[in-house]
Amino acid sequence: MSETKFVLKGGSLPDGSMRNILIVGDSISAIDATVNEADATIIDVTGSVILPGLVDLHTHLREPGREDAETVESASRAGAKGGFTALSAMANTSPVADNAGVVEQVYRLGQAAGLLDVFPIGAVTQGLKGEALSEIGAMADSVARVRVFSDDGMCVFDPLVMRRALEYIKKFDGVIAQHAQEPRLTVGSQMNEGEISARLGLRGWPAIAEEAIIARDVLLTDHVQSRLHVCHVTTAGGVEIIRWAKARGINVTAEVTPHHLLLTDELASTYDPIFKVNPPLRTEKDVQALREALADGTIDIVATDHAPHTMESKECEWQEASFGMLGLETALSIVQKTMVDTGLLTWQGVATRMSTAPAAIGAYFDQGQGLVVGARAHISVIDPSKTWIVDRDIVQSRSRNTPFHGYELPGVVTHTFFKGKATLIDGVVA
Amino acid sequence: MRHLLSINDLSLTDAIGILDTATELSRISDGQVKKLPTLRGRTIVNLFAEDSTRTRISFEAAAKRLSADVINFSAKGSSISKGESLKDTAMTLQAMGADAVVIRHGASGAPQRLADLEWMTGSVINAGDGTHEHPSQALLDAFTIRKHLGKGAADLAGIKVAIVGDVLHSRVARSNVLLLNLLGAHVTLVAPPTLLPVGVESWPATISYDLDSVLSQVDVVMMLRVQQERMSDLFFPNAREYSRYFGLNLQRLALMQPHAIIMHPGPMNRGLEIAAEVADSARSVIVEQVANGVSVRMAILYVLLAGAPSGSESN
Repeated sequence: MSETKFVLKGGSLPDGSMRNILIVGDSISAIDATVNEADATIIDVTGSVILPGLVDLHTHLREPGREDAETVESASRAGAKGGFTALSAMANTSPVADNAGVVEQVYRLGQAAGLLDVFPIGAVTQGLKGEALSEIGAMADSVARVRVFSDDGMCVFDPLVMRRALEYIKKFDGVIAQHAQEPRLTVGSQMNEGEISARLGLRGWPAIAEEAIIARDVLLTDHVQSRLHVCHVTTAGGVEIIRWAKARGINVTAEVTPHHLLLTDELASTYDPIFKVNPPLRTEKDVQALREALADGTIDIVATDHAPHTMESKECEWQEASFGMLGLETALSIVQKTMVDTGLLTWQGVATRMSTAPAAIGAYFDQGQGLVVGARAHISVIDPSKTWIVDRDIVQSRSRNTPFHGYELPGVVTHTFFKGKATLIDGVVA
Repeated sequence: MRHLLSINDLSLTDAIGILDTATELSRISDGQVKKLPTLRGRTIVNLFAEDSTRTRISFEAAAKRLSADVINFSAKGSSISKGESLKDTAMTLQAMGADAVVIRHGASGAPQRLADLEWMTGSVINAGDGTHEHPSQALLDAFTIRKHLGKGAADLAGIKVAIVGDVLHSRVARSNVLLLNLLGAHVTLVAPPTLLPVGVESWPATISYDLDSVLSQVDVVMMLRVQQERMSDLFFPNAREYSRYFGLNLQRLALMQPHAIIMHPGPMNRGLEIAAEVADSARSVIVEQVANGVSVRMAILYVLLAGAPSGSESN
């Protein structure tokens, strides 16, 4: 059987150089200006930027348990549409991914969908209850090879549990991805605490509730010489603490979501829960601090926190609604809008923060190798000169809770290749 | 103006227009025949997803005096208590041909959701939503203040008002700060620091933790209800200590200027935020607030509904 061959012609690499890329089988076999293969499918990507396949370290796939909101298959389609070649399945499913059985099931569902890699994240504690450690070793040694552990949605609040988890994962070269939220300071919280919450009469989620946990966790991580990843940083104060920790040599990485790079708590004034998310949208000052931190590397990566929800859990009163918003299909466009078009980040920087670095944090086999000859052909092509209008009625996701409905965004993802297979062709999911 | 969701929906002209209309309508309420034919054939639904006898009765009386048909839809025993969504309730009301919905709801912003989502075409009137706003209460409070201290002016320019108590959880306080400011009054919020929201600095009001120093400066003292359960949430140590610092008792009444009036949106906790002797004193206009409530709510219904025939709302 002859191998499939593609030539991506006329595009530029993240460093700005114009190169053609030859894909043979599942690998990149040549990168140069003149490559041409008679029997290859030629794809003209003139004017586009060719990026290494995007890797999301924070995705809610909802399967098992809430297949009415999303499945591994539908999230894979949304991922391919957004330029992703790997997703990370958060553990807060039903049943919770706190044992080898569930993570292997999710891993296999990802393989079956075949559009990208799905790397399951294991729960830190049994049932996400924050009390007893889950079977971390069994998950690490399973087929799913779990390295990232998180109770996301819940904070590993008990300092002793967090300490033990940080220590224990060292045996497996793991990392704890912490959802930093002090629970006592956020009982019933609905949105960022500040001027807007005071006016709207919605209970506040203070920035300090995030910062206090980040501060504690970097100190714990230092003490036990382990590795910490801070999920979805949202506050200027959180950025300062991480900057300080990195300067001290503490092994901490951090992520920011696309929505926190663009949206602010002013949007809660509509009382439309499409803008309700945990952690909440913050202020303009925080947005600016997050952008600068992503630019200077204090925040290592962009992760979507893609959180699908059914219509009825968003079409209601704010305080009754679920937290979370879609992210996979809009992530790269939001990053272009907030980071590239503003001059804060080059495409090379985008490639690092959305592919190389997240793959390194998760120790994701085969992902994030960059565009080099011999690497697995995980590729994402974006035309930065085109714009598109977000329409929640035609998303790949099974849910439609995007906060960007009606937004005109820059950057159209036209092609995605996963292991040399085209999963997105001219904007259509294969 | 189609809806009344927040005081922010009102311009100064709108607010004064409602107060003036209420003045006219109160003359009718004082007369022998209390009923006007203005809203004959119109249907007003009182949708009370949270218990509130006094506000519901006040709106009901207002609607009936304008000859509207009134349907009461209360939390207990209704589909709301059986878990029906706001959307389904709204679509039911639409199917029944409601021209206006007066909504009381425990969730801040619920009236705005009802108005924005176009599940129904009628007017939405916020009768108190969560800890957000209670615009009809603020309008009746302004009406009461103007009657006593307005000296014939249309607005409340220069009048000083202290709002005392649980500002954090009070929709009455939020609406009053906005409306009193719109009408030119000066507001001082007096509360323990725990019961003021973070972000209150941005409100058009002065903040004080010391009731005694404020009392002699103001023309109106508006006491807010303090709910007993706040103690278990660590907002203050106990009822006795709250009363000692923030309760309006006879000693504090003596600090007030002779012309100053005492208000309370009710229901009162006698002995906690207000002493019984003070509530019943000649300075108290608390019972009058209730009577004025009917006139002001008639004015709100009149301004929103009169003139536009049933079902003629465009869009």
